[in-house]
Amino acid sequence: MSDYLLEMENITKEFPGVKALDQVNIQVKPGEIHCLVGENGAGKSTLMKVLSGVYPYGTYDGTIFLDGRKRQFRSIADSEAAGIAIIYQELALIPELSVYENIYFGHEIMKGRKVDWEQTIVQAVKMLKKVRLDVNPSARVRDLSVGKQQLIEIAKALSKNVRLLVLDEPTAALNEDDSRNLLNLLRQLKKQGITSILISHKLKEIQSVADTVTILRDGRTICTLEAAAGQISEQEMIRNMVGREIKNIFPERKRKSIGDVCLEVKNWTVFDPASRREILHHVNFHVRKGEIVGLAGLMGAGRTELALSIFGNTPGYKRTSGVMLLNGKPVHFKHPRDALKAGMAYVTEDRKRNGLILIQDVKYNITLSNLDKLIRGITINQSEEVRTARDYQESLRIKTPSLLQATNHLSGGNQQKVSVAKCLFVEPDILILDEPTRGIDVGAKTEIHTIMNDLVEQGMSIIMISSELPEVLGMSDRIYIMADGVITGELKAEEATEQRVMALSTMGEEEAIK
Amino acid sequence: MSTQIQADRGDRKPPVKASKKRKSPGRELWNPIRNNIRSYAMFIALIGIFLFFGIRTNGLFLSPRNISDLVNQTGYVAVLAMGMTLILIIRHIDLSVGYVAGFLGAVAAILLRDGWPVYSVIPVVLLLGMAIGLYQGFLVAKVGVPAFVTTLAGMFMFRGLLSLITAGSGTIIVRNEAFKAVSNGFIPDIPNSSGIHLLTMIIGALLAVLMVTSQFRSRKTAISYQFEVSSSTLFILKNLILSIAILGVAFVLAKYKGIPWTILIVSVVLFLYYYLLNKTRLGRYIYGIGGNAEAAELSGVNVQNVTLFCFASVSLMAALGGILYTSRLASAAPQAGLGFEMDAIASSYIGGVSVSGGVGKVTNTIIGSLVIMSLTNGMNLMGIDISYQYIVKGIIFILAVAFDVKTKKQA
Repeated sequence: MSDYLLEMENITKEFPGVKALDQVNIQVKPGEIHCLVGENGAGKSTLMKVLSGVYPYGTYDGTIFLDGRKRQFRSIADSEAAGIAIIYQELALIPELSVYENIYFGHEIMKGRKVDWEQTIVQAVKMLKKVRLDVNPSARVRDLSVGKQQLIEIAKALSKNVRLLVLDEPTAALNEDDSRNLLNLLRQLKKQGITSILISHKLKEIQSVADTVTILRDGRTICTLEAAAGQISEQEMIRNMVGREIKNIFPERKRKSIGDVCLEVKNWTVFDPASRREILHHVNFHVRKGEIVGLAGLMGAGRTELALSIFGNTPGYKRTSGVMLLNGKPVHFKHPRDALKAGMAYVTEDRKRNGLILIQDVKYNITLSNLDKLIRGITINQSEEVRTARDYQESLRIKTPSLLQATNHLSGGNQQKVSVAKCLFVEPDILILDEPTRGIDVGAKTEIHTIMNDLVEQGMSIIMISSELPEVLGMSDRIYIMADGVITGELKAEEATEQRVMALSTMGEEEAIK
Repeated sequence: MSTQIQADRGDRKPPVKASKKRKSPGRELWNPIRNNIRSYAMFIALIGIFLFFGIRTNGLFLSPRNISDLVNQTGYVAVLAMGMTLILIIRHIDLSVGYVAGFLGAVAAILLRDGWPVYSVIPVVLLLGMAIGLYQGFLVAKVGVPAFVTTLAGMFMFRGLLSLITAGSGTIIVRNEAFKAVSNGFIPDIPNSSGIHLLTMIIGALLAVLMVTSQFRSRKTAISYQFEVSSSTLFILKNLILSIAILGVAFVLAKYKGIPWTILIVSVVLFLYYYLLNKTRLGRYIYGIGGNAEAAELSGVNVQNVTLFCFASVSLMAALGGILYTSRLASAAPQAGLGFEMDAIASSYIGGVSVSGGVGKVTNTIIGSLVIMSLTNGMNLMGIDISYQYIVKGIIFILAVAFDVKTKKQA
């Protein structure tokens, strides 16, 4: 018999063009809480998808051992049958159904051909006791808080006789009390012999709960730290999470001329009715003319939400406090159109989802945000339009066979350039770039960075949201770091290091407020 | 080929692909056909339907009188379908158009019966249509009720209103000659002794010339922008076929009574929608919302207002359709409007509107409505029972959409 409950050996998973996992190893002892730590894109989620059978056996290289036996999971059903349950950040509950229906959804207790509801309720109550949740089992899940819903997910996992519980950033959406409660529950379950793998960005909570920590970086296992050996400290974890050699050199800016404050956001608090929680708390920041301001942080820190909320409250957010000053004057944008008119443009994080109209051509996309400029009478002036599109095609070096090419046929880098061109055509004073180089190749990255430098040299101000630390450090004049919907710190380019930024990114909300 | 070469001499190098394509003339003809198989399939289907009915009815289907009838019958469906096309492009639906048309047609008949002059009846009915559209658009765009539900409720309400206002009188006969002429009359002729409608032929010839010159002009602009254009052979062939088609239709119509007023009305509507969708900012926004509403919103498009516009426009078309239909039958019946929405939606989809939104042309929607109405007309001539007619139309409709979905997946 092996000493480990779970061993994943030399797991390699490739996607077209990217190696997401490269010979990753992880060993989980029975009855421990094992934390998986790493930056965005380090490969944590991919690894868990391999484990759960979302990426079925055969689509990856390497071996999975459970109880020392080789396993080949071809679907989630396979891994569940083996006693593995994964709880994702987006909960998989059905909001309109009751608590007990949800707990036994998909593996109903049957009496002959009918569902045995009496027994279901009796068993559900037992499961709720196990997770120490005191709710009416007949309550509708949608009426419960996110923290309680999470516990119901765990109850559901327990009802399937789970042995290995995987939690993907379970505390990201929870407040401090709920988080503490959840971590206590994990300790409790550990005593009952249930092993957990916990993915988290919050190093404090990892430190408090972990027996073992495995750190991933760029799809590789970097190291394994043991609490028993006294190795788990924040500094130790951060050192191993970052510490990558800087591969690409960032283009130098020829001259820096940073002017007056042009955008100032004060005491900005935003509530999201959809998730019924406050997503930004008393955010303060400012941007100067000709400056690149980096907005660093990990996924879910609230950076995109901050950008969207200042760019016209698109997803229906409610601002509960705060003012925004543009060149000293208070402004209030009700729609992205207002923001565009006032000289603010936003290049979205996900160009395919909400950046480009993919079925439309290059010319169409470049001109969409400022057609007013091309209108003669009521008609769009075609030759002006072509000239405009061609100008941007040349100046940003967009590689496309034709301006009439549908944008879904372009490479990621060229799509990104079209997104940037679209925003530049608005002639903004302030350009917000959300993950400007995500998913594009190194050459295109450098080109985007050069374009950014050119723009600030011409007096534009750029807010760059980026999860890539080297990019944040290499490009920014000043860096704000966000975590949990608050700004946890501000660093000048000279004083910023990967360690300092990472330390601020992994703070909890309460620490930050202190 | 001279133009092609000239285009290639521009400052920028043409894409490598273009030069490869030119090697084989056969492939050059085939490639654009394959790439646009969807729109060619529609024309081929239309020709197939014409030939089939022509043969099965011993030529009766293709007689000048019947073609003239067919055009008049298609009128109301064509305008409804053009309005519907916009709605479907932005990924909504309007199920109420049939009974809105029926109801407003009856309103027109009642106003005429009460002695209102035609020139005030028509604008009033059109305005009523727009008001209905604004109401439904408000619910969809501002309140957020799904279009399916909003317009299903509309279907109930306007059906009820129609039977309510026709309850006392039953079918209302229209006696106003001017109103009847809208969908039964023909444009006057210039005096001549040729035995055919001369003005129709002149208009046909002018139209052909106009089309060819505008095609040449836009090709020239495209070349000056260094856009890829089809080869000159293909271009000339296409223009030749289109000119013959226009002149052919003109000739057939001229042999009967000339151009119906309906064609004129449909043409004006077609031109307005074509211009709107292709030349104006609003048109861009409509395609943008259909392609990706979230991206459009973030690009500064006011999605709510554009949605409101599209609903106002489709109900305006329903009002116009109601006028054409009432005029055509010279009466308003309590059951008028039944199934119009089906014909309008099917015409749009057969005309190539994408089921996933963002794609669609009003010119092709017209062809789609011709397909639907020639099926109706032809099967009527053959004396086929209405039950079978529905089944046949359903089959053609689902084949067209399935074909569309399939070809798109391959692309």
